[in-house]
Parts: sequence; C-alpha cells; structure tokens
Amino acid sequence: MSRYSVFRLFREGLRNQTGWTRAWRDPDPKPAYDVIIIGGGGHGLASAYYLAREHGITNVAVLERGQIGLGNVGRNTTIVRSNYLFPENNLFYEKSLQLWEGLEQDLNFNVMMSQRGVINLYHSDSQRDAYARRGNSMRLNGIDAELLDREQVRALVPVLDFDNARFPIQGGLIQRRGGTARHDAVAWGLARGADRLGVDIIQNCEVTGIRREGDRVVGVETTRGYIAAPKIGIAVAGHTTQVASMAGVRIPIESHLLQAFVSEAVKPVLDHVVTFGAGHFYISQSDKGGLVFGGGLDGYNSFAQRGTLPEAEHVINEGVALMPLLSRLRVLRQWAGVMDMTFDGTPLICKTPVRGLYVNGGWCYGGFKAVPGSGWCFAHTVAKDEPHALNAAMTIERFRDGGMIDEKGAGPFPWLH
Amino acid sequence: MTQPQTHRLAYGGRIDRSRTLRFTFDGRAYEGHPGDTLASALMASGERLIGRSFKYHRPRGIVTAGPEEPCALVELRTGACREPNTRATVAELYDGLEANSQNRWPSLALDISAINQLVGRFLPAGFYYKTFMWPASFWEKVYEPIIRRAAGLGRAATATDPDEYESIQAHCDVLVVGSGAAGLAAARAAGAAGARVILADQDFELGGGLLLEPEQEPWRQGMLAALSGMPEVRLLPRTTVFGFYEHDVLGAVERVSDHLPVPPEHGVRQRVWTIRARQTVLATGSTERPIAFPNNDRPGVMLASAAMTYVRRFGVRPGERAVIFANNDIAYNAAFALHDAGIAVAAIVDVRKKDSKRAAAAADRGIAVKLGSVISDVKGSRDIHGISFRSVNGTAERVLDADLVCVSGGWNPAVHLQSHTRARLTWDNDLAAFLPGKPVQAERSAGSAAGVFGIARCAADGAKAGLEAAAALGFRDGAAFELPMPDAEIDPKVKPFWEVKAKGKAFVDLQNDVTTDDIRLAHREGYTHIEHAKRYTTHSMATDQGRFSGILGTAVLAEARGETIEKVGVPTFRPYVTPVTWGAMAGRHAGHHLQPVRRTPLHHWHVRNHGIFLETGLWMRPLYYSATRETGWDPILKEARAVRQAVGICDVSTLGKIDIQGRDAGMFMDRLYTNTFSTLAVGKARYGLMLREDGMVFDDGTTSRLSENRYLMTTTTAKAAEVLAHMEFYHQTVWPDLDVRYCTVTDQWAQMSVAGPKTRLALQGCVEGLDLSNEAFPFMGVGDATIAGCPVRIYRVSFSGEMAYEVATPAGYGERVWEAILEAGKPHGILPYGLEALGLLRIEKGHVAGPELNGQTTARDLGFDKMMKKKGDFIGRVNGERPRLMDSDRPRLVGIRAVDPSFEKRLRGGAHIVDRPNSKASLGWATSITRSVELERWLGLAMVRNGPDRIGQRLYATYPLKNEVVEIEICSPHHVDPENLRVRA
Amino acid sequence: MLRIDCPWCGTRDEAEFKYGGDATAKRPPAEGDGAAFYEFVYDRGNPKGWHQEWWHHVAGCRQWLKVVRHTVTHEIRSVAKATDDVTVPPA
Repeated sequence: MSRYSVFRLFREGLRNQTGWTRAWRDPDPKPAYDVIIIGGGGHGLASAYYLAREHGITNVAVLERGQIGLGNVGRNTTIVRSNYLFPENNLFYEKSLQLWEGLEQDLNFNVMMSQRGVINLYHSDSQRDAYARRGNSMRLNGIDAELLDREQVRALVPVLDFDNARFPIQGGLIQRRGGTARHDAVAWGLARGADRLGVDIIQNCEVTGIRREGDRVVGVETTRGYIAAPKIGIAVAGHTTQVASMAGVRIPIESHLLQAFVSEAVKPVLDHVVTFGAGHFYISQSDKGGLVFGGGLDGYNSFAQRGTLPEAEHVINEGVALMPLLSRLRVLRQWAGVMDMTFDGTPLICKTPVRGLYVNGGWCYGGFKAVPGSGWCFAHTVAKDEPHALNAAMTIERFRDGGMIDEKGAGPFPWLH
Repeated sequence: MTQPQTHRLAYGGRIDRSRTLRFTFDGRAYEGHPGDTLASALMASGERLIGRSFKYHRPRGIVTAGPEEPCALVELRTGACREPNTRATVAELYDGLEANSQNRWPSLALDISAINQLVGRFLPAGFYYKTFMWPASFWEKVYEPIIRRAAGLGRAATATDPDEYESIQAHCDVLVVGSGAAGLAAARAAGAAGARVILADQDFELGGGLLLEPEQEPWRQGMLAALSGMPEVRLLPRTTVFGFYEHDVLGAVERVSDHLPVPPEHGVRQRVWTIRARQTVLATGSTERPIAFPNNDRPGVMLASAAMTYVRRFGVRPGERAVIFANNDIAYNAAFALHDAGIAVAAIVDVRKKDSKRAAAAADRGIAVKLGSVISDVKGSRDIHGISFRSVNGTAERVLDADLVCVSGGWNPAVHLQSHTRARLTWDNDLAAFLPGKPVQAERSAGSAAGVFGIARCAADGAKAGLEAAAALGFRDGAAFELPMPDAEIDPKVKPFWEVKAKGKAFVDLQNDVTTDDIRLAHREGYTHIEHAKRYTTHSMATDQGRFSGILGTAVLAEARGETIEKVGVPTFRPYVTPVTWGAMAGRHAGHHLQPVRRTPLHHWHVRNHGIFLETGLWMRPLYYSATRETGWDPILKEARAVRQAVGICDVSTLGKIDIQGRDAGMFMDRLYTNTFSTLAVGKARYGLMLREDGMVFDDGTTSRLSENRYLMTTTTAKAAEVLAHMEFYHQTVWPDLDVRYCTVTDQWAQMSVAGPKTRLALQGCVEGLDLSNEAFPFMGVGDATIAGCPVRIYRVSFSGEMAYEVATPAGYGERVWEAILEAGKPHGILPYGLEALGLLRIEKGHVAGPELNGQTTARDLGFDKMMKKKGDFIGRVNGERPRLMDSDRPRLVGIRAVDPSFEKRLRGGAHIVDRPNSKASLGWATSITRSVELERWLGLAMVRNGPDRIGQRLYATYPLKNEVVEIEICSPHHVDPENLRVRA
Repeated sequence: MLRIDCPWCGTRDEAEFKYGGDATAKRPPAEGDGAAFYEFVYDRGNPKGWHQEWWHHVAGCRQWLKVVRHTVTHEIRSVAKATDDVTVPPA
C-alpha cells in the first residue's frame, strides 16, 4: 500500500508513476464477517473505517451493489457545515465537522476540505430572528457562527444582487468553518483507509436478502453468495426501505429526487458557499472553477437518478436572481440523486426491532457533510449495540412517541424537508 | 493593421465573399465574411494558436468545426456581455465581433503557466489527492488559492447582463432534431403526412452534412423550400435541443441574436423552448473522433472532417501540407477535399494494412498512402512542422514535413439525447461505436445518428423514420418526394484503433489535459470503473463533456482492464448536450421579476402616502409610513401609540379569506379546527386553531358564521393557500360525503383593521346601517353596513388588544372606504399603521403569529389546551397526544420582559433563555420581541421549558452572536390587558 | 417534466400540480387509536416501482387526483378522481 507524500510523488514522477498500487484491494467475500455494512457510499465506508479504527473491529465487509462512491456521495454539491438549530443535530454535525477537519491527515488522502465559509442569507427581520435562534444555539454549543448585516455580506460576496433583487438581502448567518470538500475523494480516501485497516470492500455484490433466525439477523444473501454476520448495518440512502424490508423492517423514509448542477469552469468569482433565503438555491465554486449549485427536491417519490426540466428552470431562475453575473455563463450538466427523506428532516442512526440489524439513513439532503460523523456514530452503535449520546435521538421510535426533530417545522411531509 | 486572409481559398465555400465583416482577437484586427464562424475566420488569416489548456497551459488550436470543440474557446464580447468559454467553432461571425483568448498570462503566445509542462511528470492525474496536506492549515491559506487562480477557463462578466431572454412553450406531433439529410427527409415525410413538425438544428444553416456536398445543394434547397411551404412545419435553426426529459418533453435553446452585435430593440438574445413532442426523430448525426498519439494536441492537429469542413464550407485552407491519419475509408474524403482545394496531401497514414479501393483512388490523385502505419509524434509547439510515423508494430520512424494533421478514428453516432431517456446503448463492432439502443420513450434515431452513413442512405432512413413517427400518431397519407442522388460506394467500417504508444504525452481529453498514461495510472490505482477513472482523471468532465474524445479514455481503460469497450462503457450522458446559458433558462424571471408581486387593493394609497414596503412572501406590505423615509423605531412607536391611545387603521387585506357554504359546513369546520364552530351563533366570529395531522399547529384565525350554512374563514397571510389545499384534501379524499363547498375570496376583499380606544367614535362618523354600540354590536359580532355608500362587512375582532373593528369591503371600494374612515377618524387622531406597529401591538397583547406558529409547536405549547375539544374528531387530535408532545418540559409560550426598563440592554428575537448569564444550557428562545409602548421597555414572547411554571422567575436572554445577555422576567404572554377588557369596551 | 392527464381538465404540465404523497394511506375513523394514526401519517411503502399517489391540481380544477406513477421511469399509468378505486400494476 503506497503512502502518499510529496517525496513519493517526486519519486514516482521520476519513474513514470509505475510504482503506485491499488488504493484499495478488490477481495472476494469471505464466508463470514463480524460486521457487514450494506452500502459502499460515504456512510457505509465511513462506518467500516471507524469500526476498524475506533473499535478495533476489522473483520468487516462493505458490500456494494455496484461501485463504491457513485451514489449520493458522488452526486452532491460537496457542502460541509454544522449550522443546525437543535442540539440533537448541531452537536452531531459538529462532531462530523471536527472529524472533517482532521480527515486528510487521518486518511493520508487529500479530500480538499476547504473551510471557505457557509453563508445563509436572510431577507426579513423574522428570518433574521430565526437564523439568530439557530446561530445562538450553535454558539451555546461551542460551534462557530456569526450574524452578518447586509454590508458585511456585500464585503464578502460582492457579486450578489444587492440592488434590484425581488427579495432584498438583509444579511446572513455565516459559519466560517463550513465549506466544501471534494466529494469523490472522500469516498476513495475512506475506502483506502478502511482497506488499510483490514476491511474488505466488495464491489459488484448486491444484497438480495437478509437471513434471520428468530428475532436476530445471521447473514445476507448476495449475488456473490451467502455471507454470514451477526451484525448487519444498512447504509444505502434512498434504498433504505427496500433493504430493511428484506429483514421485515419498515422504516419511515421516502425516496425523493434532488438535482444538482455545475456550470462551465470560470476564473474565481465566488469564494463562499451561499444559500438563498427566499427560495431554494445554494451555490459554491469548485477549485476547478465550475459553479456547483442546487435547489429543492423535485417533490415526488422517485428513484430516478435523472435530472428534470421544471426544477432546473426553477433553480436557475433563483441563481440568476441572486447572482446576476451567472446570466451569461453556461450550465454544463445536471444530474440527480435519490434522497432518503425522513418525516422530520433528521436522520436515523439506530437499532431496529430486529437484533443485530442497524440502520443508518434518512439523510435527506444533508448526508454528505455527515459522512464522518455518521460513520463514527454508526460504528459506535453497531460495536456497542447502543447509540452514542450524539445519535441517541436519531431513532425510528421518535415518530411514535412524538420526539420529532423538525428543524424546518415542515411537518410529516418528506418532500418538504 | 488588419491581418490579411492569407488562408482563404480563392473560391468555394458557403461564405458571402461580397461582404466583409471586421473583428478583433486579442486586440488584433481581422476580417471575414458572412457565413464564417470565428474559428473559420481566424483560420482564414492563418491563426493557429487560439487557447491554452487547463492544466499544462499547452498551446491549443482549432480541432473541430462544431459544438464539441474542446480547445478553441474564447471570451466573446466584452464588458457586461463578456461570455467566457465560447466555442469559436460555432460562434457566428458578425461585424465588430471582439474576442479574447483566455486562461493565459500575460499573453497567449507567452504564457508563464506553461512552465507546468516542465514539471508535468510530477503532476499526474489526481496528484492533488496525494499532497498539499501538510501542514493542515496551508490548504485554505496557501495551496487552494493558488490552485483556484490557476484553474477556471475564461472570466465571467461582473456587470449585469444587459440582454433579455425568454421561454416559449411548444407542442408538436413530431420533433426532428438535426437537419442533415436524415432530418430533412424525416421532417418532410412527417409533415407531408399531416403531422405538426418542429425541425431544430444547432447550426445557423440547415443541412448538416449536406453543407459539405455541393452536388447535393439542389436537393437541400428543394427540401427546405418544400418544408417552408408546409404551414404546420416550423424550422428552428440555431436551436440546440439540449435535453430529452421524461414524458417526451425536450428542452431546446434558440440563439436568436447571438449572430448580431446586439439584439434588436425589444428582441431577445436567446429563447428556451420547452417542447412537448408526441414523437421525436433523433437525426443528430455523428461526430468524428480522434486517435491518441504523442502531441496529438498541437495546434494544426484536427479532425479530418473538420479540415474538410473548413475547406468545403468556409473556403479556408487549414494548412499547406497535410497528413491524414485514419483507420477508415470515410476519412479519405477529407484527403480528397483538401487535395481538390489545392492543399498538398503529404500522405495518408492508414492504420489498416489491407489495401482498399480508397487507397487506389488516393494513388490516382498522387497521394501517398502509408498502409499499416501510425503517427508516432508531432513536431512543433505553437505550430507544427512535421510528423513522425512508423509501421503499426515497428519502431523505425520516418518523418514527413507537414503543417496539418487530419485525424480520423471513426465516427460516434450522437446518441446523447437518446441516452437521456435511459435507453441502453448498443455496441456496433463494424463501426466500433455505440449506437442508440431500444427506445424507451417515443423516439427513434435516423441517419448517421443510427449508424447509417452516406447522404442518400441517411435521407432514406430519415424518410422512413419520419413516416413511422407520423404513422404512430395516425398520420398515414403523405406525398412521396425525391431522395438525393445515390451515394458513392463507401464502407463505413473502421478498424478499431485508439492509441499510438510512443514517447510523449498522448491526450484523451484535450481540454482537461488527460493523457493515456493518466488513464492507465487510474487503472493501476484501482479506479477501474469508467466513472471512477473519469472522476479521478477528470477525463470527459470538460466543457465538451467527453463528446470530442470520451471514447478514447474508455478504449485505453478497456485495454488496461483487458476487456472490451462495450463492457467498460462510457460515462452516462446527461443533459446538457451542449452547455446552456443560465440567462436563457431563467428567461424573464431575472432580477425583480423572479416572482410575481401581490399588491393589496390599498397598495397605491400606501405608495402615495409614503409607505415603506417590505416583501412578505409575494405580498408587498407597508412596514410603516414616513415621508422622510426615516429609519429606526420612532415612526413605528408613533403609529403604535396612536392605536393604544386613540385610533389607527391598518391594511389587513392579505389575510386569507375562504367562503364556506353547505349543509355540513359546521361539521367540516369542527373537524378542521380544534375547537367547535357548529355551535357558533349566526352573526358571530370565533377564534379558531387548526392542527396538522401530526398534532402541530398549522394555522389560526377568526371565522364567522354568516348564516346557518355559511362561514367565512380567515387564515394567516402566509398559510392562505396551504389552508385551502388542506381543506380540499380532507374534504375530497377523507370526507367526500360532506355537503360543503368553499373557495378563496382573499383577493375579492379589501380589509382594514380599525383599532384603538376611539375606534367606535371614529367609525360612528362614517358607518351607516349598523349600530356600533357595545350593547348592539358586542365583541366578536359580525354585521353588514355601508361606508361612504360602499357595502362593508364589519367584524368586531382585535389583534392589537384594543377595541377594534375589521372592516371588509369589495376590493374595488377599498380606497374609498379607507379614506372615509381616515376622514371620520381625523378629529380623533387617527393614523394609518403598518406591519411593524401591527407586530408590536400583537406582541404586547400576546397574540401568536408566524414566529410562534412555526410548525414546531403544539396547541398545548402555545397555551391553547382549552381550545382542544374533548369530544369528536378533528385533524391532529390523536397524533397530538403522543407522549413526548404532552411532556410539560417542552418549551411553552410565555411572555418575557427586560428587567431594566432603560431600552439600553436590548432584547432580540432569536435570543435563548438561560438561567445564569454564562449558562450554555438553553431553556428556550425568544420568538417575538418588540419595544413596548405600553410598558416602555423591551418585551416579547418566548418558548421556554416549563414556561408557565416559571412565571415570575428572573432569567436571562442570551444572544451570543452579539455577546449580549439581558436579565428578563418571565410573565404572562399577555403584557397588555390580560383581562381582555379593552376589546370588550 | 411530468404531464398529468387530469380527468377533469385534460393533460397538463407538472407545474400546475402539487404533490400530496402516498394515496394508499387511509385516515382512520375518529375512534382510531394511536397506532392507526401513526400509520396514516408515517408508515409508507415507498415502493421502487408503481406508486399510488396524490396530486392536487392547484392551478386547474383544484381536485385531488389519484395517480399511479412509476418511481423509476416516472411513467404515469393512470390518473383517477379522488374517490375512484384504482389498480396498481405489480412492481
């Protein structure tokens, strides 16, 4: 396994890059593991990584139907932040953000974590107060947040429309430690890191059934044969309900379409991540120069990883309204991911009614930033058979007992979160 | 000094030599002709170096003659109209065009960053994943800023785009995409059968490949004339169909005015078409693909078909001495076209070993054919002066002088639009290319998009597709028409050949500088899936999205994997086929037109009387009134004091109003609200609370019973539309048997709240037909009257906590009634008050509004326990009783007041409530805060854990965002008149 | 863009409609218990395949329609009135 360093790059440069080896192995599945993680996306890979790193459980397989990292971790708008209202969320996401801050050195893989600052714009006094409530909650919990007025926003992001806007910008809530990371690199870095600790990452291995004995799981049927394990973690995002139902478990999640877009690359015009407060639009500029942006859900149940026209127009309308200079740039590409939407907008990292079966899902469209924190908490939950304090509230039962964690107050309508 | 057109052929081409267009590139003056693109005109003046590549800043020239161009990208126009990354190969020349090269410094010829080439060996694909990690803090401070400055291509304009855009909705029976022989024939066949047809082509001239065939010109013109004569056929040149979406909807962008210096007055620059096509014929043609060989990116290396296009269509000599490098017969056409135009063809380097008829034809022209040979190097940097070639398996190199290399690795059918539909591509061994797969939407491919080559064969295929598309819709009768003259015998078969392995960088992605070695490195490191390899190397992620050479990367990867190209596949093609201008997609929704504006019937009065407006959702509402546009609290306090001490009038027309009628109206209301409405007396109003089915408060408002079977509901401004949809859902899907009808009447009424102790006196001066005395018209009464001759309905309800009457009148009478009340109130000191004073007054009174009804609060949280009826069904009843929602420890509504009355220590909405000044443990938060005119201090409403049990406690409002902590007292939310005497006065 | 064939208005663009979620969830009668109301609000099949769902024709006839749509291809098989019984093809 090659360790990455400047010296190594130099040496390989002299010998035409012939010394590099696979970033992660391509093993055949063993008959049995201590833990099986279903899903080789960001959450699955992070879970396996932290199982090995934090809990010494290395006899772990990550089973991926296709190729790792090509679901939502490879389809998002790369934003990393912990600017949440409720402590059940903001402490969890803050843990994740802290893990992000050391992830490169931890993984020896540059995931290009860029703490460029995330600004949520507000456009009215009541919106300011709602953001202040959130920012104050963050500050009370030790998380950085600052409230900016209009002129402070203008100084940071002069390219926004401050003069002719339908919904004038009054200011913003900034989390300076928030930013972006290179999404693919996170998946690859975690795969490489987990592999180095002994985890088997098994691609092209679709789980077709979960075998139960009584009230506990014993293994999975796959397209590459039966694999036994006393503990199985599901981390399959938009397919959570499908996979959980293999064990007879119903999960309150709906799958919805979220689109993302990128423009042609241009020289830097935007240094921060900016979200529009009077609609559904957010944007940042990648290091390569493309403006990466997105909006709201298409708003109906969908498993199609396919962009649609009405939402594209909607998102682009808001983009041009917010940042007029976009008008003469071109949109290069649109795509979509399948979001695992819960009924309160907050994820699930929890045990299920079936012993040995754990669920990590319901990421709505905040899954990317959660990747390390989610893996860390899920690893704890699987290893100890009980949640960590950080994910103790992220249960399925909360909907039965009324403990919803509804940041937006949008109610039991998954497509509104 | 204008650069001479040194490379313009003496005759030929489709340009209009009678007119000269002047333009500049990097400040130098050039000229060209109508019919030129920027690329052809630059080429006519002998310009080779057009741009610099992304990573190594290698010199780059023109490699294609179409929208898939990866290299010849420029900043077109200047100032606010600057448009980066514009493909010179499709930019139509106009007089006065200004273009500049991009991604170079200080100049195109001398680009400092070209030093990257020297250290290129240390910068392989993905090198940045392996370094820049030490020390951690350097990423944001040092490495990333350097990378960001170096990255990107052109520069965005920074001033607001002066041009306008629009969108248009279209329906047709048959959409034909592409206007080559297949497209024209398809459109004509479908049109003749009676179908409504749209024919769209990205080019400014219709004809596709026909534009290169002078002998087919009469047929092309005949077809266009025939199509133009069909009233149900619409021809859309300059229109790129960019996406094929579900339900057979396609998006297209028409470049209406990009060929003009400025759009005509009132004209648009671009227009986006949303086309609902019952059937689609994809006659999108095919694009030639390159071969990877060392230095295959040098200016002067281009596709064979591009060289032929510049000669035949634009009358330009792309070089003086050409070498053709090919693996197929079709490429010989380019050699012959060049030869016929008087350009020396030094050799055809043909990968294939077997002699063919084409080789003989070349020999007849005196062109040397090097069979079984490959180009192993290109000599030169900013320009080329020769090549090395050798036998396919040999090592002995020979050199040839040449300044032009024309490459053909075969043809890729343009399957992008079909791929958007999720049809699965199929592999064709003869063409070594992916063909359209079995359709899954209402489409069919025709012509070379379907792997058919030759003008006449494409036309026949297109005619068949057009007929079939029409027939699928029931159009059967159509006049036959003549097809073009038969094609010369030509074999489209290629010998698959992708890469010459020799020393030097061989590029598979010219724009992103991805080499064959980069693909192999990705493979070596385990990025073996095409999507992983693409993302790791950035191959196919440039502005051409792999259209130019995506398949090369697949081929190199397939070889490394030891698998077929078919198995390896290509990255998923997604919209947009070519990138689309943001402005065009946004259309008219730019700037202030993002959303429509809603104005109340009294809007113009507010404007005339110095209302300071705020956008609240779509509504424009006056915040307060000030002739001097002063800011701060003074104007607000003045208005609020008028209400507390005398009388004020406020426009509340934005409140949602729903008229509900029917025998079961009362029962329906009982189920919608937590409290009972069926027992409400006629002529009375009642405050009602609605929950969502999850038990959270949804909306509130006063609802009046106008007659036995008729209610008028008011909703909050924000939820008006949602409440109606909510009612319709429950009525139509859950309780369809209820005999009830309802509709929104929000916009039909102007409504104004008249409030304050002198309200009755004021209104008595103008209201006729209603006794306003407390005895005759008590609190919560509803009655009809007239004001200034206008019919009004008066509700005795109060939001401010003062004696108040809401006066509603048909919208058209709004101003007249409003002014009459103002006139009548003048002796009593009436003032109009805006949204700010309205908020101040309701906070003092402890009425909940948006910040409290935020979807996170239950009826109990807000102190409405008593409004939950004990018997009977209502929405949200059962789920609202889940154990954690009944927990008394939940944050519940209370009032808070600053202990210090001085106004200096300010309370703010969004502050958290804590029990010690430095505590981090939040007990709740301040929802609504105001300066009080009644108690002369900061006060407000808050949601506090165990709130009602804490009344009288001294706590703190902490606002860490501003480092403020204010001591507060918890109190009843009803800061003013908790006994509710004033409203009943 | 979805095109929804409203039984009252004819085929209209998605933009005229608002989505309303799973149409198989049935509100329990007034005497329903907590479990029944939990299921009505939170328990969803989330099928990958044919889905029976509510669409509200907000910019048209204002009727709630029962639509059978495929959640992978987005194909619409049928559009019915709110009170109609509809059949859903097997996944």
